[in-house]
Amino acid sequence: MTSSPASSGTSPETDGAVAGMRIGVVTFPGSLDDRDAARAVRVAGGEAVALWHADTDLQRVDAVVLPGGFSYGDYLRCGAIARFAPIMEPLRDAARGGLPILGICNGFQVLCESHLLPGALVRNDHLHFICRDQRLRIESTATAWTSTYQQGEEIVIPLKNGEGGYVADEKTLDMLEAEGRVVARYLEVNPNGSRRDIAGIANERGNVVGLMPHPEHAVEALTGPTTDGLGFFTSILKGLVEA
Amino acid sequence: MARVVVDVMLKPEILDPQGKAVEGALGRLGLAGVSAVRQGKTFTLDLDGDLDEARLAQIHELAGSLLSNPVIEDYVIREAGA
Repeated sequence: MTSSPASSGTSPETDGAVAGMRIGVVTFPGSLDDRDAARAVRVAGGEAVALWHADTDLQRVDAVVLPGGFSYGDYLRCGAIARFAPIMEPLRDAARGGLPILGICNGFQVLCESHLLPGALVRNDHLHFICRDQRLRIESTATAWTSTYQQGEEIVIPLKNGEGGYVADEKTLDMLEAEGRVVARYLEVNPNGSRRDIAGIANERGNVVGLMPHPEHAVEALTGPTTDGLGFFTSILKGLVEA
Repeated sequence: MARVVVDVMLKPEILDPQGKAVEGALGRLGLAGVSAVRQGKTFTLDLDGDLDEARLAQIHELAGSLLSNPVIEDYVIREAGA
């Protein structure tokens, strides 16, 4: 069954409780889940810092979340225009330097379009937009964003996408598996035709993670199906404190 | 005045559910014998002045970065009379 990562009873909206760890959340035109992501950071005990797509200043944040939504109306391809936003330039350099970055849903698409993660996300194989509470298995706890989970832990968090099918060539998929870079896999049902049931992946170093489902919508019992998503945010804060 | 057309198609190995849906609709509307439909995008660029090598090279670069995603798509550039 699902078990929530320990949040040690941190009360919501406590800014900067974890030794002032600053997590940036980027807002693009059309971002939708930036406020929920910022709230999840605060619930986990960090300080959420709003970053604006047109800025080039990362404001000395310790990590960055690229939130879900429909940046630039999903025009051209999901994430294709956001990839060229001014904020992405320093972010790309910082990612290569090891800054932890979590791309959720549209953020995952932006990371793939930016070539910070391999592969691409395409239209769901059944063509329907899907919105459901999705069971996942955490396949890697070696990333900056999943360290507080147990290997193989099953979690349930919301999934909502129209273009969530993860694709990459066989060689890339084999490489991701061999290097332990599949972070999470869909269980029970493959909701969008993702190759090998992949729900999330990491870069080689494990600092950049892309995830199609939404952990930021599952951090409080009042609004989420579970609190299973909180682990992504407690993982990053714990890692930063220990670093 | 010059016109450049950029056609973008999903690579053959990438599943095209939209093309599949169109294929089904064509069949339902009585068109027999359609074995496959693939859906792509066309960009028509109208340019001021003439198309020189430098501009064409620039368009190639942007066709491979902005207009298409080389992970899943191929592009073809055509010069067309405006």
